[in-house]
Amino acid sequence: MKSKNLFKVAFKSLLKARMRSLLTTLGIIIGVSAVIIMVAVGEGAQREIEEQINSLGSNLIVIFPGASRSGGVSRGAGSFNRFTMKDLEKIEEQATLIKAVSPVVRSGGQVIGGGTNWNTGIYGVSPSYLEIRDWELEYGEIFTERDERSRSKVCVLGSEVAENLFPNQNPVGEMIRIVNTPFKVIGVLKEKGQSAMGSSNDDLILAPSNTVLYRLSGGRYIHFIYASASSLEKIDAAQEELRQIMRAAHNIDFGEDDDFTIRNQTEITEAASESSEVMTMLLGSVAAVSLIVGGIGIMNIMLVSVTERTREIGIRLSIGARGSDILIQFLLEAIVLSLIGGILGILISIFTIYLLNEYSTLTAELNLFVVAFALIFSGFVGVFFGFYPARKASALNPIDALRYE
Amino acid sequence: MKKVIETKQITKNFSLGDVKVHALRGVDLTINEGEFVAIMGASGSGKSTLMNLLGCLDQPTSGEYFLNGIPTGNMTKNQYADIRNQNIGFVFQGFNLLPRTTALENVELPLLYDRNNRIQNPMDQAKKSLIRVGLEDRMNHEPNQLSGGQQQRVAIARALVNNPSLILADEPTGNLDSVTSVDVFSLFQDLNDRGITVVIVTHERDFAKYAKRIVEVKDGLIVNDYQVEHRSIAKKDLAEIKKETTETVTENNS
Ligand SMILES: Nc1ncnc2c1ncn2[C@@H]1O[C@H](COP(=O)(O)OP(=O)(O)OP(=O)(O)O)[C@@H](O)[C@H]1O
Ligand SMILES: [Mg+2]
Repeated sequence: MKSKNLFKVAFKSLLKARMRSLLTTLGIIIGVSAVIIMVAVGEGAQREIEEQINSLGSNLIVIFPGASRSGGVSRGAGSFNRFTMKDLEKIEEQATLIKAVSPVVRSGGQVIGGGTNWNTGIYGVSPSYLEIRDWELEYGEIFTERDERSRSKVCVLGSEVAENLFPNQNPVGEMIRIVNTPFKVIGVLKEKGQSAMGSSNDDLILAPSNTVLYRLSGGRYIHFIYASASSLEKIDAAQEELRQIMRAAHNIDFGEDDDFTIRNQTEITEAASESSEVMTMLLGSVAAVSLIVGGIGIMNIMLVSVTERTREIGIRLSIGARGSDILIQFLLEAIVLSLIGGILGILISIFTIYLLNEYSTLTAELNLFVVAFALIFSGFVGVFFGFYPARKASALNPIDALRYE
Repeated sequence: MKKVIETKQITKNFSLGDVKVHALRGVDLTINEGEFVAIMGASGSGKSTLMNLLGCLDQPTSGEYFLNGIPTGNMTKNQYADIRNQNIGFVFQGFNLLPRTTALENVELPLLYDRNNRIQNPMDQAKKSLIRVGLEDRMNHEPNQLSGGQQQRVAIARALVNNPSLILADEPTGNLDSVTSVDVFSLFQDLNDRGITVVIVTHERDFAKYAKRIVEVKDGLIVNDYQVEHRSIAKKDLAEIKKETTETVTENNS
């Protein structure tokens, strides 16, 4: 059979069975685009998280209460598993490798202002917190040491809080009530986007730590201590210095374990990117499942059409087609469908990725390796299941193929 | 005389689980070039089985089948395919046309599988073949847009398109009314007059008389084989039938 005729036969056959061709192609399109889009979203998120961690604030060191966990078992849970202002004072007095240090007192609740209300987290920090985190103000200013000492009821709003309470206006000078305590808004933070830990860095309110400690949380405990090393090179030394100061402050004997955990920015980065890798893998496996589902769809269509196609093969054999003619025809059909489906799938995913990046908060990144993989896999599925019924049928006697039911 | 078909003690068994069906039990049949043979017999006697073997659509369990003097026993699948493509035109009882495919494309199909490319312009040849069976105005109809008789004509046109020297038809008129059947037989007589050897399976004695020779099969054996003495000419019968119907029509109209 001339190859021109083979192509002719294959294309005619594809056009005849429009529904079957369409469904097969659809299965491939869904499989290919699902994989590409999901992995793109996963990797986009990973990249974004990395960028945000890098903007966490330079030389950041964070001290958490409680011993570090290893192997899921908490070691040395001592009596000092929270921090007090005394710890902070010791650090301020003794540390030499620290540029700035700030407590973080967490509180939260209903905020009323601008005629509406909003539920958010309130963070009690010192004025140097902005410098430590590398955050900037959009409007107004940060509170002062004096506000700290006098427990002033002043606050700085995160951009999301400001947007919700005072849409499209500058809230500096406005009064709000945080859990029934009136506060004066003195500043608004610049928008920062999602934080590395998943919570929003824009949906929060900053207030002097003493104010939050004594007027809101009603306790004497500090949740975290944030510090910034005097330089990136000294970050390890600074961390060690902080550790010794904290051990002394907590009266931990030589040989005993820390009752706190210190992390610096690189460690946080590693932990966060690890978790986002897990997310990418998760999305990847969801995508792999959809690829398999798409493949099974193709398989179903192909197997359901076996009866019809076996008769068709019987007819072709009976008028003189060779087994190889049939095989090549089916292979061509399967390749054409897989290619069309694969290319359409890639185009659709590129378009979707473009839409996601332009019009949604998600970031998506095209991964060429995944594109190639999805194309090869779906092509393989399409070809295999397009080919499989033909392989069996073309080996039959024409009469048996015609009788097939 | 050249022997087109010669079978020597061919048998065909089918096994259905434990049960063995002896569909053919030693058939000796010789058919010469230019013959027009009708094969008759009760249902289940083995007519279709024999035709499928003669058409190289299936292979016998034992015995030898010579086609144009050449033994077919040791041929490969591809050689069988080529014989079906080049030497034999097979007409099935159930038409076996490709669905959703026009008459023209159906008829053209055997030419597309022709390895020797004997025919330069397949489309023209297919058209000629369709014109020969009187379907020039139905070329672009698909099987489901054609009547049974028209579908059978398409199948016959497909069998003719490769200029075969042998036409095998398994109950070609089984699904057709008698007038259409006579019409189809006249087509076969016409082909036979041009030198093509024709073998037809039929149930009805009325149609068998259009053949030159009748072979009767019973329980997988040939039980009777004789020449037709007063052969009917289908074209004449058809003309008469047409005259009668026009007469009735004019009577009804007057
Ligand atoms: N593929 C098969 N498997 C099993 N038995 C078969 C097969 N084909 C035919 N037979 C059996 O062989 C015998 C002959 O069948 P065949 O189709 O040749 O009869 P036939 O003379 O053509 O009958 P009909 O006039 O009804 O078409 C029957 O008993 C049938 O059941
Ligand atoms: Mg039969």
